Amino acid sequence: MDNILSVLVFFPAIAGLLGFVVNKESARAYGITVAAIEFLLSLWLWFSFDSANAGMQFVELIPLIPDFGVSYYLGVDGISLFIIIMATLMTLIGMMSMSITENIKNMIITLLFLEMTMVGVFVALDAIIFYLFWELSLVPMLYIIGAWGGPLRVYASVKFFLYTFAGSLIMLIGMLFLAYTYHSLTGVWSFAITDWYALVLPVNYQLWLFGAFFFGFAIKVPMFPFHTWLPYAHGQAPTIGSVILAAVLLKMGTYGFVRFSLPMFPDASVLMITPIAVISIIMIIYTAMVAYAQKDMKQVIAYSSVSHMGIIMLGIFAMNAEGIGGSVFQMLSHGIVSGALFMLVGVIYDRRHTKLMSEFGGLASVMPKYAVIFGIMLMAAVGLPLTIGFVGEFLVLLGFYEVSPIMTILAGTSIIIGAIYMLTVYKKSFFGPVTNEANKTLKDLDAKETWSLIPLVLIVVWLGVYPKPVLEPIDNSVKAMLTFMNEKAVTQEARDMIKVAKSSTNRGEVK
Amino acid sequence: MLQPINVSLESLNLVTLAPMLIAIAGGLIILVLDLINEKLDKTLYVMLTILMLVIDFGAVLGLNVNERGFFDVMLIDGISIISQLLIIVGSMIFIPLALTSKRFHEYSYPEFFALFLFMIGGFQFMVASDNLILIFVGLETASLSLYTLIALHNRSNSYEAAVKYFTMGALAAGFFAMGSAVLYGLTGSIELYKVAEVLATRLNETGLMIAIFGSSVLLLVAFAFKLSLFPFHTWAPDVYEGASAPLAGYMSVIPKVAAFVVSIRIFGMYIDLGVEWVRMIILALAVITMTLANIMALVQEDVKRMLAYSSISHAGFIMAALALDTTEGTTAIFLYYALFMFTNLGAFAMLWISRHKNRRFDARYDHPYEKFAGFIKIMPTGAVIMGLFMLSLAGVPPFSIFWGKIYVMQAAVNSGYIWLAIVMGLNSAVAAYYYLKLIVYMFLKDPVKDVDTIYYNLSKPLMAVIGLATVATITAIFYVQPLISYLYYMISASGY
Repeated sequence: MDNILSVLVFFPAIAGLLGFVVNKESARAYGITVAAIEFLLSLWLWFSFDSANAGMQFVELIPLIPDFGVSYYLGVDGISLFIIIMATLMTLIGMMSMSITENIKNMIITLLFLEMTMVGVFVALDAIIFYLFWELSLVPMLYIIGAWGGPLRVYASVKFFLYTFAGSLIMLIGMLFLAYTYHSLTGVWSFAITDWYALVLPVNYQLWLFGAFFFGFAIKVPMFPFHTWLPYAHGQAPTIGSVILAAVLLKMGTYGFVRFSLPMFPDASVLMITPIAVISIIMIIYTAMVAYAQKDMKQVIAYSSVSHMGIIMLGIFAMNAEGIGGSVFQMLSHGIVSGALFMLVGVIYDRRHTKLMSEFGGLASVMPKYAVIFGIMLMAAVGLPLTIGFVGEFLVLLGFYEVSPIMTILAGTSIIIGAIYMLTVYKKSFFGPVTNEANKTLKDLDAKETWSLIPLVLIVVWLGVYPKPVLEPIDNSVKAMLTFMNEKAVTQEARDMIKVAKSSTNRGEVK
Repeated sequence: MLQPINVSLESLNLVTLAPMLIAIAGGLIILVLDLINEKLDKTLYVMLTILMLVIDFGAVLGLNVNERGFFDVMLIDGISIISQLLIIVGSMIFIPLALTSKRFHEYSYPEFFALFLFMIGGFQFMVASDNLILIFVGLETASLSLYTLIALHNRSNSYEAAVKYFTMGALAAGFFAMGSAVLYGLTGSIELYKVAEVLATRLNETGLMIAIFGSSVLLLVAFAFKLSLFPFHTWAPDVYEGASAPLAGYMSVIPKVAAFVVSIRIFGMYIDLGVEWVRMIILALAVITMTLANIMALVQEDVKRMLAYSSISHAGFIMAALALDTTEGTTAIFLYYALFMFTNLGAFAMLWISRHKNRRFDARYDHPYEKFAGFIKIMPTGAVIMGLFMLSLAGVPPFSIFWGKIYVMQAAVNSGYIWLAIVMGLNSAVAAYYYLKLIVYMFLKDPVKDVDTIYYNLSKPLMAVIGLATVATITAIFYVQPLISYLYYMISASGY
C-alpha cells in the first residue's frame, strides 16, 4: 500500500463526515473504533517502514497548482514516523478515557477532524500543504476549548487561535519569500520542502527567513515570551483538549524547527544557538519555578509541560545527533507522559470537580491504583532512569554538553526543580492523612480509565528500558540531516558546529 | 459643407457591442412584458434575467481577444473579457436570491430586474473601453441603476443609503470628469492609449508634472470613492447596511471589479509612464484602508456592518496588488475577486436568510451578533456553513480566499515589497479576530432567547445559492490552477 499516508490523513476526515449520520448514543463507540483503526494503520506504517533508509518514504506527489508550485506531496521519515504514531495513539487513548457526555457526537467528529490535521502536518512535504494542515488544526481545537472548557473558555480559545494565527502568517510570508527565491534561482515555482533543502542561501537571507519561521514555530512550542496563551488554554480546556494539545499540537512547533529551520537555514541556526539556548534555559528554569508556585494541579502540569518543551528546544539546537535525536525522542516521551498526566488530573477532576491541591491529601490510601499510575507518570516526567523521560532528557543534555557545559548544567537544574515541584504535588495530594471528608469515599480508577492508562504505563517502561527500536530510525534520519546540513552550510563556523556522527550504529543508545 | 463620412459596417466590428446590447435588450424586454401584462410573477422575471445573462455570458465568451470596435472606442482585451465574465457570473449568483418565499418590496416590481440588467450593461461598457467618455457613460448608467435598486428596498435607511450613495457617487463622477478634462487638456485625446503616447513624449516638459499630478489626484479621488478606499470609504458601511443583504454583498464585489478594471487601465498607465508617486499614493491608500477598516470592523456590533468593513479591508488588500503593476499583481486582483465573490456573496446570503421583517433583537441593527448566538443549536448546517465562510474570509486554508491571499502576497514579495506582504499578514491576523467573534457567537454561546425563526427567510432557491457558494469555497483548491492559468493567459495577452 504505497498511498498509506493519504489513507492515514483522510481516513479520520471521511470518518468524521460520516460520523454526522451515526446515532448520538453510538457516537462514542464509533469514534473509538475509528481511532483504533487509524492507530493500527499507523502501526502498519511503522512495520512497513524501512528503518535502514534515512530518506523520505511512502512519497506521494500529485501536482495541485503547478503554475504556483503547489503540490500534494507527502512523505515520512524516521523523525516524523513516531510522532504520527504518537498522535494516533493519544487520540485513541484520549477518546477512550473521555468522560464528556454532553454533545458527545460533536466532540467525536471534531476530534476526528483534528486527527486528520495532526497527521497531515507531520506527513506534509509541501510547505503550503503543511501550512494548510497547520492552520486547520486551530479550528477544531478552538471549538474543543471553547465549547467544553471552563468558565473563561471563550477568552482562552480565542487567545489560542489568534496567537498561533498571527505567528503563522509571518511564517507564511517566509514561505512565500523562500518560494520566490527558489523561483529566481531555478526558474521554477516550487513549495516542496525537499526542493527547498537544495537551496544554498546567503547568511543574511537565512537569518531573516529563520526569524520569519521562528515566529510561527516559537508561538506554537511555546517559547518563553510567547508562552502566555498556553496556561489559559490548558486551564480552560477539557481533559481531552489538554491531552491532545500537550501531546501533539505543541510538537508541531518543535517538529517545524527540525523539518524547516535547521536543514534550510543551517548557518542561521548555528548563529542562533546561543540566543535560543538562553531563551530555552529561561523557559526551563522560569516556568519550572512558576509551576512550583501553582495551587492548581493542572496548572502545575501545564507549566511543567512548557519547561520540558525548553529541553526539547535545547536539544534541537545542539546540532549533533545525540541532541536532535534525543529531542525527537523527548517529543514522544513528553507527549505520552504529559498526556497521561493531564488524563490523571482529569480523573480526579471528574470525581471532585476541583483541581486545587489544597482540597486533596491522602489520596494514596483511598485510590491506590490511581496513586501508583500517577506516581509512575510523575517519575517519568521528572526523568527517572528506566522511564521514557530519562532517555530523551539524558540524550539532550549529553548532546548540548558539547556546545556549552555551563548551559547544560543550568538546563540540568530542571531535573532538580522538576523533582521538587512534582514531588510536592504528590506529597500534598497523595500522602498524609485524608483530611477532607469528601475524599474518603472517592472511587478508585474504573475499568475504562485503567485500560486507557495501562498502555501508556507499559510504553513508559518499555521505551525507558529498551528505546532502541524507536531511537534507531530517528537516529538514522537525524544523522542524514546533519550530514546534509554540514555539506550545505556556507560559513566555516557552521560547518564546525554541525557535528556529523562518525560511527553509524549504537551511538545515542542508552546502555 | 459637411463631408459625408463613409464607414463600412465591417470596420465597426459591431460584435464587440453585442454583450452590452443583450443585457440592455433584456431589460427592455422585461419592461415591455410588464406593459403587456402587469400581473406576471417575479419568478418569470428572475428566470428571464438569468436567461439573458446566460446569453450575455455566451456572447462574451465568443469575443476575440485584443480587438477594437465601434469607431475604436470599444476595447476587447483580456481583462475586459474576464471582468465581464466575472460580472455576469456574480450577477447570476445574486439574482436567484430574489426568489425568497417572503414578500419583499423591491422584487414586486419588474423594474427591479430591468434596472439590474441595465446596470450590468453599464458595467460592461465600463470595462470594455479605454475611452474616458464611454467609461463615464458606463459608470453613470450602472451607478444610477444601482442607487435605485438600493432605494427599492423601501425602508427609511435604504432611502438614506441610496441618497448617500447618490451624493457621494455624484461627487466622484465630478472628480472623474475633471480628471478626464485635465487629461484631455494635456493630450488632446480621451483615448487612454493615445493619452499615454502623448504623455510619454511630453513627460519631460517643465511645468507639466503639476498637471499630470493634478489629473492623477482627481482620478484617484474618483476611484477611491468607488472602491471605498480611505478616506473616501465612509459611505460604504451605511450604504451596505441600508441595502438588502444580498445587494450589499453584490455591491461589495461586482461594482468594484468594474472600478478596478478602469483603475488598472488608468493608474497602470501612470505607473508605466514612470510617475512613481502614483504607485506610492496607491500603496499608502491601500495600507491605510486595510488597516483602518480592520480596526473599525473590530468594534462593530452588527454582523452586516462588520462584513461591510471587512469588504473595505479586502478592497484595500486588492488595491495593493494594483500598485504592483505586474502581470502577477493584476492576475491577483481578478483571482482574489473571483474567489472572494463566492464567499462574500454566500456570507451576505446567510444574513439574508436570517432577515426578518421586524428587528427582533436590537432596535438599531438588523443583524446584531446576539442574533447568531447559539446558531449551532438552532440550525447546525447553517452555522457550519457560515463558519466556513468566516474562516475563508479570515484566510484559513484550504478555503477559497486563502489562495487569493497568498497569490497577492506572493505577487508583493516577487516585486520586492516584502514589507507590504508583512503588513498584509498582520492585517489578516487582526481580521481573524472579528471573523472569529461571529464563530464564537455561533458555536460557543447559548441562544439569547427562543429564536426558532432565525432562518425565517429560508427557501429552496436561497439554499441552492448558498450551497453553490459553499461548494465553491471548499473546493477552491481544485479549480485554482485552471483559474490562475486562464486569468494569467488573458491578462498577459492584453499586455498588463
